[in-house]
Amino acid sequence: MSAAEEQDAVQVPSAQAPSGSSIIRELKRARVEFVAAVPDIVTSEGLLWPISRDPDLRLIRVCKEDEGVSMCAAMSYNGTRAVLLMQQTGLMASLNAIRAIGMDYRLPIVMLVGLQGKEARLEPEESAAYGVRIIRPVLNAMGIQHCLLETPRSVARIAEGIEQAYEASKPRAFLIGRAPAG
Amino acid sequence: MMKRDNALRLLKGRVAESDIVVAVYQTLFDWMEISPRDLNYVSTGAMGQGSSHGLGLALANPGRRVIVLDGDGSLLMNLGALATIADAAPANLLHLVFVNGTYEVNGDHPVPAAGLLDFAAIALGCGYRDAANCRSEADLGDAFDRILGNQGPALLALGVERGAGYPRDYEYIHSPEARERFRRALNATDSRRRMNLDADSAGGQGSPRTRLHG
Repeated sequence: MSAAEEQDAVQVPSAQAPSGSSIIRELKRARVEFVAAVPDIVTSEGLLWPISRDPDLRLIRVCKEDEGVSMCAAMSYNGTRAVLLMQQTGLMASLNAIRAIGMDYRLPIVMLVGLQGKEARLEPEESAAYGVRIIRPVLNAMGIQHCLLETPRSVARIAEGIEQAYEASKPRAFLIGRAPAG
Repeated sequence: MMKRDNALRLLKGRVAESDIVVAVYQTLFDWMEISPRDLNYVSTGAMGQGSSHGLGLALANPGRRVIVLDGDGSLLMNLGALATIADAAPANLLHLVFVNGTYEVNGDHPVPAAGLLDFAAIALGCGYRDAANCRSEADLGDAFDRILGNQGPALLALGVERGAGYPRDYEYIHSPEARERFRRALNATDSRRRMNLDADSAGGQGSPRTRLHG
């Protein structure tokens, strides 16, 4: 278990969800310019709509999540930073592209993943939803670093995580366990 | 029907030194032999993803043209990318689809609806700025001039058959060396500055429809 995962394991969900504005601030702190996204009901209101209105971020609405994997990878060749915002279903649909482009090619694919169906006070592995329970084991099996964003405090790890992903040229997933507040 | 390698030889003279060329599968292997160059982007990783890599490159490098050499089987696997590209509307993205009706490197099985598909119509229906089909070598020069000489996103679907047999060097296209070679060439000059493709296009921002009605 990585240090980040250990921190997640002892994290007690607070009454407050992270705010979308604080997540956007972190993206900008990490010099992210582009966001590729497929709408996800967990992040729609608090994150995707605000991103769509933000003049400092260019939103690219993709039809399917693996398009975003390729887009983020290609942008990284000249240092342009992008993130892919999607639901965990999109992560599952994109696994081969993430495997080939992110892991085999060692390119920085940064993913913000809404966990649709996750219960607020349960760890993802305790969820009644199979699709939520398997996400961290799948990421672990692929060797992809990840952390869970469920509290306002946890958001502070985004910029640092993006920096690390680009420095190491490796994928990184931020799992958004609760709908961000507006 | 024209030979694919003849079409690529004709294309070679129309590709500028600063252009990025993204190519996939057998078209890539042919192109690597016909036009080996550092700005060939050869590592697309997963089938169907060529045009999406091309979109990322076009948006991140507005100072360069990005020419995608796609295949019909590949594009069918990622057809939604046409709508994504049309919506993002990069003026520097030009999309050539080599239509041979088969999955050539996977046993020559026919693609679904082989012979029925009209990729130019699909691209226009998705909102590409321009698109055309070309099935004759005699018409290809004019078709290239039309599609490569104007703003993107534009698509040319070329009806082709295989030409000479070129080696399939999978080891190279997936190698760190190939990616590093491209990275070095890309960053040798600043390509983040926009090309002056069209004064009213704001450098490719916004969809053509938005501009039309804006």
